Amino acid sequence: MGLEKALGDSFLLTKLDDAINWCRKNSLWPMPMGISCCAIEMMAFAGPRFDASRFGSEVFRFSPRQSDVMIVAGTTTYKMAKVVRKIYDQMPEPKWVIAMGACTSSGGIYRTYSVVQGIDQFLPVDVYVAGCPPRPDNLLNALILLQGKVQRGESKGTEPAYVGEPPAFARQRANV
Amino acid sequence: MKDTILTKLTSKFGEGSFVSSEFRNELTIVVPPDRINDVCRFLKEEPDLSFDFLADLCGIDMNTPEKRFGVIYNLFSLKNKYRIRLKVFVEEENPVVPTVTTVWGTANWHERETYDMFGIVFDGHPDLRRVYMPDNYEHHPLRKDFPLMGIPGSIPLPKK
Repeated sequence: MGLEKALGDSFLLTKLDDAINWCRKNSLWPMPMGISCCAIEMMAFAGPRFDASRFGSEVFRFSPRQSDVMIVAGTTTYKMAKVVRKIYDQMPEPKWVIAMGACTSSGGIYRTYSVVQGIDQFLPVDVYVAGCPPRPDNLLNALILLQGKVQRGESKGTEPAYVGEPPAFARQRANV
Repeated sequence: MKDTILTKLTSKFGEGSFVSSEFRNELTIVVPPDRINDVCRFLKEEPDLSFDFLADLCGIDMNTPEKRFGVIYNLFSLKNKYRIRLKVFVEEENPVVPTVTTVWGTANWHERETYDMFGIVFDGHPDLRRVYMPDNYEHHPLRKDFPLMGIPGSIPLPKK
């Protein structure tokens, strides 16, 4: 390996937390919470063209017990909210949430009685991705931002990151 | 075909039971609520008519003081390749319409949906539960007096 060649007989010092976070951020296993059309872009994100495996995130797990980050991709209705929350609760700590797309972040075009106007009402969101749907590159961008948060040790309840316009602006514009 | 239907219906149920109208070759018949089940069965089982396919059943909120709610039945006869539309109107205080699940089994879920969205009760329905909204929900979203964004707090969300 190249590392030994570069360091020779010397060694590296780091904090244990930093080392663990470095491991974590490079193997974020996503829980695909694909509820509607954003899920198609989420699949492209994991596929060979956009290739999330470059960032260690290609292993989509359909069991919440084996996942680190939940990608909520799609319109979340009030009925579905309970299911999303239950699956989130089943994920082991530490865990993160990406809100993908306009519907998930703010209700999007669905200003109606059946759709939750933003999943931050019942989940702690770490990264918001704007777009309808966002391109897979934007989701990759969100993943990179999330890796930054993981490296800094930021988890639930910290200031979220945004890809594109924050959903609060969209909600303000629509007076929701 | 139109004349056959009207002649047969009036000879069976009597003059003046129905109000029929035609728009762009589509026949619409307004039926009194207590007659709807008999009319549907007759339309289905009369060999010359045989409206054996209930294409759709839906509700309507006219938002008027009288005869506020309506149920609309779109029928199709596979044999005659002919469509008609039946309408039933009921009052706001007592929106009850007899079920047609005994005539066409497919009406089951259509009537459940109409009940869910408009609160029209189908008398004699075997399993009148909600389809879309939560079972303990108290409102009917497609009524004209229901706010678009819903009633805040009427559907509980999980705690953050």
